[in-house]
Amino acid sequence: MAAAIKIDNLSKHFMGLKAIDGLSVTFPCGVATGLIGPNGSGKTTLMNVLTGLLIPDSGSIEIDGHNPRHKIMPTELRALKIARTFQDGRLIEQLSVEDNLLLTVAESDPWKSFFDFKRSKKVGKVLKTVHLTAQRHKLAGSLSYGQRKLLEIGRTLMQDADIYFFDEPFTGLFPEVVEQVLTVLQDLKAKGKTLVVIEHNMGLIERLCDYTIVLNHGQLLAQGVPAKVLKNDQVQEAYLGI
Amino acid sequence: MEYLLNLGIIFCIYSILALSLNMVVGMSGLLSLAQAAFYGIGAYATALCMTGLGLDFFSTILIGMVINAVIAYMVGKILSRFKGDYYAIVSAGLSIIVFSVLLNWKSLTNGPLGVFGIDKPSVGGFSFSSNASFFLLCLVFVAMVYVIYYAIDKSAFSRCLKAIREDEELAGSFGYSTKRFKSIIFVLSAMLSGVAGALFATYIAFIDPSTFQLKEGIFLFTIIIVGGLSSAWGSVVGAVILISLPEALRFLGLPYETAAQLQQMIYGAMLVLMMVLRPQGLFGKYRM
Repeated sequence: MAAAIKIDNLSKHFMGLKAIDGLSVTFPCGVATGLIGPNGSGKTTLMNVLTGLLIPDSGSIEIDGHNPRHKIMPTELRALKIARTFQDGRLIEQLSVEDNLLLTVAESDPWKSFFDFKRSKKVGKVLKTVHLTAQRHKLAGSLSYGQRKLLEIGRTLMQDADIYFFDEPFTGLFPEVVEQVLTVLQDLKAKGKTLVVIEHNMGLIERLCDYTIVLNHGQLLAQGVPAKVLKNDQVQEAYLGI
Repeated sequence: MEYLLNLGIIFCIYSILALSLNMVVGMSGLLSLAQAAFYGIGAYATALCMTGLGLDFFSTILIGMVINAVIAYMVGKILSRFKGDYYAIVSAGLSIIVFSVLLNWKSLTNGPLGVFGIDKPSVGGFSFSSNASFFLLCLVFVAMVYVIYYAIDKSAFSRCLKAIREDEELAGSFGYSTKRFKSIIFVLSAMLSGVAGALFATYIAFIDPSTFQLKEGIFLFTIIIVGGLSSAWGSVVGAVILISLPEALRFLGLPYETAAQLQQMIYGAMLVLMMVLRPQGLFGKYRM
């Protein structure tokens, strides 16, 4: 299967702490990959490197067959068709729900954006998908925790990306909302999109993901089909503590 | 009536300044104290070009705007490296530098003696020499700046600025070159401040550097804090309130020194009260 993301010998250190340590791994195209590992294993750091929020110390990244590169700039994400959510639900609090969605698709050239007054019809559709239609004109800062998570997912849907990164999209959600989010992510998978999902709930990983990559101390511990990987002794020892 | 027209003209000039400052502070969250510098450059460009070169008022407005644009672009490059309080300190530095240049470049600005004998604007043989006609001219400029502010506020450009204001890194991850957005709004704001400077110079007919000190920048900051951050209407209302205050104190019959001190105390109290009770200002949409 073709690689959506191919990482070669990637490293990222913080003051001597090896968050990612010479990692070489491939995320297959059109597949939902679960990125798991104990706390501090480097999952979010890897996601931040792959979405341009952190610059790696060394190594190369290849996205969708483009030439390998050392780093990704945040401003390139739109062109690379990459969208992501954040573990802590990062929204523009003092903008409305609708404006938070429009922000992801509006004209990015500053001069052209002066004349961009359009309201995308896609907003209504996305709001319906993430069950936030009634909150359309509310400030994002007034949303509940679950609604914030849903809005973040809605923001990724607006972008019509090819590669989606979800950082703990189910954490802290009411079971009914978990099912709503799961449906949205399964729909993306069904459309052939590449998903990278950080999650601690192994049941959800098994329901959603076809492939799993396990990190420990910034290194690859195991990879493969979730059912097999989760039975791996090393994974159980490092991650599940059994 | 003349007194009211005089007040109306001052309202207009400060409304333009407040609107332009609100683009930078309210929309973009950049704590700029440099507005007095651009106000002064606009005023001196008009004063010097009209008295020295004999150019007409409207040409000098454009010259002032271009000079401000060039300076703001260059300064903006430096300012884009800073955030929050550091941005305020560096922008205050610009204000102090411009004041020092106006004060000490005597061969050009006539130093502390200032520039005098500035004519009223005229167009096609009509001179805006009466207070009534000058007030109408000012109203036209306020309306133009208000419309520019409103149009920007409704555009995707403003949406991006507001995103930068709250989370620049996140805004960048949506493909926006945040430095370019900040640079453009800073330049635009400086150009519009130049218009206020041009109107002020021709209205007063005499300018000297003391008008364009850092304290003027702080006063403008107070206007938008009271009126409301990220609000066009708030900028105008803030200007009216803060300009009216010293005028109201006149009617109390207090000695000048007492009134001046009382005015500063009231300004300070207003700022503290607004920050505690209504951080977004009277008509503001954004909490700093």
